[in-house]
Amino acid sequence: MADKLHFNLVSPEKELMSADVDQVDIPGTEGWIGVLPNHAPLMTALAAGMVRIRTGNDQSRIFVRGGFAEISPAGLTVLAEQAMPETELDAAKIAKAIRDAEEDVADADTDEKKLAAQQSLDSLKELQAAL
Amino acid sequence: MPSLKDLKNRISSVKSTQKITKAKQMVAAAKLRRAEERAKEARPYTERMEAVLANLARSAEGNPNAPKLLAGTGKDETHLLIVATADKGLCGGFNASIVRLARERITKLQGEGKKVRILAVGRKGDDMLKRLYGEMIVWKKNFLDVKQVGFVEAHEIAGKVLEMFDAGEFDVATLFYGKFVNVVSQVPTAQKVIPAEAPEGVEAPDLKGAIYDYEPDENEILRALLPRYIGVQIFRALLENVASEQAASMTAMDNATRNAGEMIDKLTLQYNRARQAQITKELIEIISGAEAL
Repeated sequence: MADKLHFNLVSPEKELMSADVDQVDIPGTEGWIGVLPNHAPLMTALAAGMVRIRTGNDQSRIFVRGGFAEISPAGLTVLAEQAMPETELDAAKIAKAIRDAEEDVADADTDEKKLAAQQSLDSLKELQAAL
Repeated sequence: MPSLKDLKNRISSVKSTQKITKAKQMVAAAKLRRAEERAKEARPYTERMEAVLANLARSAEGNPNAPKLLAGTGKDETHLLIVATADKGLCGGFNASIVRLARERITKLQGEGKKVRILAVGRKGDDMLKRLYGEMIVWKKNFLDVKQVGFVEAHEIAGKVLEMFDAGEFDVATLFYGKFVNVVSQVPTAQKVIPAEAPEGVEAPDLKGAIYDYEPDENEILRALLPRYIGVQIFRALLENVASEQAASMTAMDNATRNAGEMIDKLTLQYNRARQAQITKELIEIISGAEAL
């Protein structure tokens, strides 16, 4: 299946998804990355946000917070620190994630860390507004 | 010679003990199944993480700017031992064997004139270690009020370890836990976590000539990844520990139940003998009384 992208999403507690899909959009710390089959090898850190997965005409979204994504010829692997399918996501959980992110911003001791934390916080707030 | 009533009491006491050990054995068997399942579910993440790290570590090799977590502090003076044990007993030699391994290490390190600090995870290990090395325990943590040990707890421990490392409080960290081999065998294991060792035997993916792109740059990712890798290793150790504890508990309780059974048999025999002796004695008394008339 040359024109399919093998996609794995794992969190520390379990493997959430392992499938062949058409396209995945991931929230990198430097911006959104749309991953199609045969993408060049890439490794990126993740911000908080929704991972969008498209297979044919189906779309699904999974919320992730923190972690990494690795794109290799074998496919895309997302190592998420926290991951939750959209259906399990609710306002309370987002509110908690925002509180955590606000703490991260307050705790950050370097500008770089602060910036990364702020980005996560921003994307979470966006998400809250969209819900 | 205990009286009949004494024997009867002892038999019933052993019987109730047997009931308890039997129940504990069944509980442990159920919990073991769940713990094994969770350890299995966590495996993909660990494996992927190892692959990613091995990949990055290869490219960072020989790099003078490599993060300290990977390269080490260049010293070997202060050792941090993270001793992970269970919170509860009734699991045979499980806790004792982990503590013994840690103690051997402590003695060896002290013999070499090195400083040792201990981070006690789990109540039992803490209890055993604080008698001998109370002043070395810098931090302790137990999961008595946690229903299921999850990544959050591992993350907390990793956070503490990293905080100490950043403050320069130790040079080398070793993690002690009970590795789960199978139901009858759990091996106390010491694993070096800082400086992080890139896992061996992980093959680099075939990139077909392409080069990895890093976003943000390589060092930045490595710096962010290493703390997580340490968290993951602690998490895996905790999960293995839970499975090992339940397996050890199951075996220990199985033995205890059998021993109680043997004891009941022995006591019942003694009881019947005593009862018969008493009947014989009474008969002799009646007969000799009748003959005397």
